[in-house]
Amino acid sequence: MRFDQYDTEGFFDEIFDPQGNPRPGADLLIKRINALPEAELQRRQKAAERALLNLGITFNVYSNESQTEKIFPFDIVPRIVQTKEWLVIEQGLKQRISALNSFIDDVYNEQKILKDGIVPTDLVLSADGFRKPCIGLKPPEGIWCHITGTDLVRDGSGEFYVLEDNLRCPSGVSYVLENRLIMKRTFPMVFDACSVQPVTDYPSRLLDMLQSLAPAGVRAPMVVVWTPGIYNSAYFEHSFLAQQMGVALVEGGDLSVQGGEVMMRTTKGLERVDVIYRRIDDDYMDPKAFRADSLLGVPGLMQAYCSGKVALANAPGTGVADDKAVYAYVPDIIRYYLKEDPIINNVPTYACWRDDERKYVLENLEKLVVKAVNESGGYGMLVGPHSTVEERTEFARRIKANPRTYIAQPTLALSRVPVLVDDHFEGRHVDLRPYILFGKDNIYVLPGGLTRVALKKGSLVVNSSQGGGSKDTWVLSSDSGSSPESPIQSQEEQQC
Amino acid sequence: MLSRVANSIYWLSRYIERAENVARFIDANYHMTLDIPDSASDQWQPLINTTGDHELFQKLYGQANRENAIEFLVFDRKNPNSIFSCVRSARENARSVREYISSEMWEQINTFYLMINDAAREVSMDLPHQFFVNIMNASHAFIGITDSTMDHGEGWHFGRMGRMLERADKTSRILDVKYFILLPSVDYIGSSYDNILWGALLRSASAFEMYRKRHGRIDPKKIVEFLLLDKNFPRAVHYCMITATISMNNITGSPRGHFANGAEQSMGRLLSEFNFASMDEIFTHGLHEYLDQTQTRINAVGAAIQRSFFSPQKSETETSAQLNI
Repeated sequence: MRFDQYDTEGFFDEIFDPQGNPRPGADLLIKRINALPEAELQRRQKAAERALLNLGITFNVYSNESQTEKIFPFDIVPRIVQTKEWLVIEQGLKQRISALNSFIDDVYNEQKILKDGIVPTDLVLSADGFRKPCIGLKPPEGIWCHITGTDLVRDGSGEFYVLEDNLRCPSGVSYVLENRLIMKRTFPMVFDACSVQPVTDYPSRLLDMLQSLAPAGVRAPMVVVWTPGIYNSAYFEHSFLAQQMGVALVEGGDLSVQGGEVMMRTTKGLERVDVIYRRIDDDYMDPKAFRADSLLGVPGLMQAYCSGKVALANAPGTGVADDKAVYAYVPDIIRYYLKEDPIINNVPTYACWRDDERKYVLENLEKLVVKAVNESGGYGMLVGPHSTVEERTEFARRIKANPRTYIAQPTLALSRVPVLVDDHFEGRHVDLRPYILFGKDNIYVLPGGLTRVALKKGSLVVNSSQGGGSKDTWVLSSDSGSSPESPIQSQEEQQC
Repeated sequence: MLSRVANSIYWLSRYIERAENVARFIDANYHMTLDIPDSASDQWQPLINTTGDHELFQKLYGQANRENAIEFLVFDRKNPNSIFSCVRSARENARSVREYISSEMWEQINTFYLMINDAAREVSMDLPHQFFVNIMNASHAFIGITDSTMDHGEGWHFGRMGRMLERADKTSRILDVKYFILLPSVDYIGSSYDNILWGALLRSASAFEMYRKRHGRIDPKKIVEFLLLDKNFPRAVHYCMITATISMNNITGSPRGHFANGAEQSMGRLLSEFNFASMDEIFTHGLHEYLDQTQTRINAVGAAIQRSFFSPQKSETETSAQLNI
């Protein structure tokens, strides 16, 4: 198996430069892969898939009566992020999250940014993620978005852009950890060749952060992960994180509010819960505060939260800042709160509620990607260059009818990474979702993240619901030695 | 620990044990039919009767033969106690407590399920013996993995208690097979065929060798005593009750001979019944009746566990629906 025939086809490639030479740090990996005997890489790809199946890292596909399970597609060639690039990403994400957190806090309290006219008031108050019951809320330490998974993309020039801020319940970090485990199991010698920053301590960092949220005076805080249940598509991740942190995984039915405190039902009676890492939408948390028809929720939870008896991560209401319409204002939000220019830029965005921008969008639909602001997962989207006349006419009609709900962005030539296709390599488009923990004392960016890859040839949509897969993401260390932050983990990785 | 989690661990252990025992039933029966004359070899209906699911079987298949009995007991999704259904239920329970059990336990249950699922897709069953051995091995591996990777705290005890109750129930049913077996004439009773049947019965409880070491020749009374009242043989009903009670005491924190709730009380009563049982009494009472009563009482202990630990606020009807024995 060799890369000789691999063609970057003019796209920015994460592994090869335009001349077809490996980028710095990737040369060792390429050399190792090229040296593998014929069919060995395919064999390892199969072994990795088998391991994922045995680990039960699957999702269900229902057809008629029979039920089959499929693994999330995984490609064995890792994506490499250079040390230099990573330092910029890390700084940029820290900057962005702290500005967005200030924004959320401001929106639900003083609303200075609205009064100063930086972001239009009606746009914020009409956002899908805006939660009235959060007005006046003061979460501990002023932190709202404890856990974030920001989507980054890279265009043809190699510059990183923020595509989306996922501030509610971002998922996927379990795949980062499991992909790494699988890579270490199936590909130890290639892994060994590069000096990769460890990701394995994410669960400990997450637990530390969650414990630090406990109400004052609680000595040994009871932390739980709250899942909607085993039929949720991210259930694997919920149980994985609970297991890795060694905390209980609860469902709504396990919890109740008694005497103003949140309790869980155990074999020895009721036990108090101090911190909830909830993986359930705001809307379903508490039928008394949000949607009354929620069967998953815990009545009275919001009141217990507001009176400081229990901590929630993330805080309710954070969705207001990852509305796609608010997204268009994030660079201004960063300048407003931090007096700094954004380190990582937004993808240029046309807001359809502004007359001149709407006019441009309607005239250039075939060049643009149009997104409904309240949809995610690759739904409600028009990819101009791949669209038909009928689709464009339909989107033009929708935009004119509801300008507030649409934004448009130029179609980026997303960067590519080689993937294994049958017996050779082909380039496929990728994005990158790093995970950020916002703690009391610092903001931590997990060195790595989820690289999602559009496995369909030519496709720009990386969502797993639309034929996307994932790859292990290797952030290289600045030197060949161990990472100064966590010597134990890096030692473990070298052994594997 | 969470009631829901305790419930799931208890049931996943029961389901794995149940799957193993169904495999034992079939394997022993299969071998027995090869040893006895044609006229008496149609022992598939008694096997179905042993499992207690004969009514469902009657509705789905009518008359029992080798093919439909194996299909019903091994793969049938409509039979909640088929090996496939048991392993699938065990896996669903394990999935809901993945964060609590060790990843090794989960991986074992998952590969167990994938193995059965693959087998279900294959049409022919050329080597049934190997298949059933694989099932028993998968169950034994699960128990070993559980013992050596999970801490022996409350959750582990819930699992072991479930396994012991399930096993006690199944061993008593295996003994009952003798009652259901159809012999063409009474001449067979006490003949060498009778010995073959008793031997098969011991084998289906993996008890043949251990019995030989202890008692030597095949003696029906001794066999019943061994499977029912032995305190050291791990598949004997008495042993299972002793071990289940130790786990129960560990869960509640009660000293031996005391009880903290209804479940512990009914289990303790059943155990002392075994502590003070004698074979003469059992045979005077009638073995089948005695076994039938024992099964009813084991079920009652299960229902009490459900009430005391898992769903104190839920109604009785919900509880009995889950027992499906």
